[in-house]
Amino acid sequence: MNAARHTWLALLLALLAGAQSAGAILQAQSPALRWGGDAEGGAPFVEADPRNPAHLVGFDVEIAGLIAAELGRLPQFVQITFTELDQAVRRGDFDLGLSGIEDTPARRASVAASIPYYEFQEVLTVRAADRDRIRTLADLRGRRVGTLGGTIAYETLLEAERSLGITAVSYDDDVHPYGDLLVGRLDAVLLDNVLADRAMRRMTGLHTQSNNVRTGHYVIIAAPGRADLRDRVNVILRTAMTDGRLEAIFTKWHVWNEHQARLFAAQTTPVSRGLDTDVTQLSRWEITRNYLPSLLRAAGITLALSCLAMTLAVAGGMTLAVARVYGGRATRLAATTYVEVMRGTPLLLQLFVIYYGLASLIRLPAFIAALLGLGLNYAAYESEIYRGALDAIPRGQLEAARVLGLSRWQTLRLVRGPQAFRLALAPMTNDFVAMLKDSSLVSVLTVVELTKQTQIFATNLGSWVIPGLLCASLYLVLSLPLGHAARRLEMRWKAPTTL
Amino acid sequence: MSADRRSVLELDGLRVRRGARDVLRHVSLSVSLGEIVALTGASGSGKTTVLRCIAGLEQPDGGTVRAAPCGMVFQFHCLFEHLSAIENVTLAPRHVRGVSRAESEQQAYQLLNDLGVAQRATALPRELSGGEAQRVAIARALAMDPPLLLMDEPTASLDAVRRAELATTLRQLAAKGRAIVLTSHDADFVSDAGARVVRLTNGETHDA
Repeated sequence: MNAARHTWLALLLALLAGAQSAGAILQAQSPALRWGGDAEGGAPFVEADPRNPAHLVGFDVEIAGLIAAELGRLPQFVQITFTELDQAVRRGDFDLGLSGIEDTPARRASVAASIPYYEFQEVLTVRAADRDRIRTLADLRGRRVGTLGGTIAYETLLEAERSLGITAVSYDDDVHPYGDLLVGRLDAVLLDNVLADRAMRRMTGLHTQSNNVRTGHYVIIAAPGRADLRDRVNVILRTAMTDGRLEAIFTKWHVWNEHQARLFAAQTTPVSRGLDTDVTQLSRWEITRNYLPSLLRAAGITLALSCLAMTLAVAGGMTLAVARVYGGRATRLAATTYVEVMRGTPLLLQLFVIYYGLASLIRLPAFIAALLGLGLNYAAYESEIYRGALDAIPRGQLEAARVLGLSRWQTLRLVRGPQAFRLALAPMTNDFVAMLKDSSLVSVLTVVELTKQTQIFATNLGSWVIPGLLCASLYLVLSLPLGHAARRLEMRWKAPTTL
Repeated sequence: MSADRRSVLELDGLRVRRGARDVLRHVSLSVSLGEIVALTGASGSGKTTVLRCIAGLEQPDGGTVRAAPCGMVFQFHCLFEHLSAIENVTLAPRHVRGVSRAESEQQAYQLLNDLGVAQRATALPRELSGGEAQRVAIARALAMDPPLLLMDEPTASLDAVRRAELATTLRQLAAKGRAIVLTSHDADFVSDAGARVVRLTNGETHDA
């Protein structure tokens, strides 16, 4: 819910910012510097000014302004989801990307990245009560640790999952992990110290450990063919590092510390220019190979989730259909209301309500919430299929069963139900394939299924080609046998029976 | 039941209304074991409605129905499409009477054999000809061993040879003590079956 509100707000801001900038450009007779970022929960990087939501604030906003001014252009903000920034800049949606974008080898291989302009530390945040018990990742064996997907922190957690036995939980934003930590869905959050500090200011009951799990840097990105722009940005950044303007911006936003002083010194000293990152250089093939097990595991989660949710949907759909065909007036009304409400509201909204909305009443694990959300939503659609199939059985057969002395329940179980099920099989197969794909929506509840894992993979690889093909192949591998099995079953039912 | 212990059906002043129209106004009928009664009359005269009232599929608006347990063969057979011929016949004995599968199959096979369709026992309804489907439907109705058999337009889908065979079959069933009430337009068939004819005119019964 919060995320959705932020998205709308960000879109509105983008429109307003675009309109404002457009007017200014006409005045200045020069093209705007279009810069992309994610204003959804983006403070202190990019966020709507609480006093004037049409106005953006944040240190990245000020750095973009600084660069635009140096280039003699006016800044124009473009709202882009954080995980899509690399794709968008390559596509030419904007000139520069700034939004706490991490420096990684894969990113450097796919876009033109600037020199680092900020050094951050990945830090662990825990509930205050656990501050003495959980100090490092090693203290989190068997526990759930959340972070933002597609980040260095997430990579770190995946490594810790293998080496230390923790459970890495991926989020689409940096707000919900801290909320889930407070309510007990997580035992720790690993994120940049900038984000952790912000969460600490916003919430009580949390504690951020001072030890640094990993060091990383923020960079500014441009399209691969815009090395000229990137080089000009580097010159501007170095100048701003030297003349104190960058320090002033970071100080204003309370994120200046001794690490930045060292970084600035390193970046502005001719002999030592370069990256100070501990991320190992990996080829695309190595990254792909490393991601394959997690993609297969995510495919397993997609399949398990879809099978379980479909079982729930079939059971729920049958119950609803029987209630609508055989029930009294009140039962029929209740079942019809359920079907209309579930069909008439977005699945995404239902998932949010079940996971976040009901959290104060019942704290459902993410997988269970996803299963319930998908299953209960699809039950409404299944019930319509079964109701239609039940109604399609000729009345004469039902009367024949009645004259033979079969009860209503026996008629449903032995005559009407089996024939209706055969009629419903094809649309049910369709729905199952649709569910396989719709299950990607549950990534908003931190369930890393196939699409989400592919998105993380693509973000880190800096390309959608290989991840997209692998993901599509896995979905096909999951859905094709199902269609084949359904067709075989239909053929078998058409064939003469044998005693 | 009637005081007469051989009587299996007593209709007295049966009345059925559909909206403002009287479908049946005054239908009275008495049928005994071993008897074949043919209800005749023009289309829409209410013949099928009489059978449906006897079978309990419709509630009359007036009059009384006293009927022994009955089986019914519908005009379009209404076999259960997902079950084979023999499964159609065994369904009710197994699930209503609790007869074992083996025993019910043996009885069903005997019935199908008596009716000349045993070789089609494993066929699905859509694989049967009209005559075969009708005989399976008769076997299904007889499987519960009802004293009274109702048949709605049993000759509708039969050729002349099959009509003659059916007339013979009905006479044999009646000879074994079963009562049969059927509806038909076919005077030759009614005559061949040796049925007592009851005409329905203006919603009332008239013995022919």
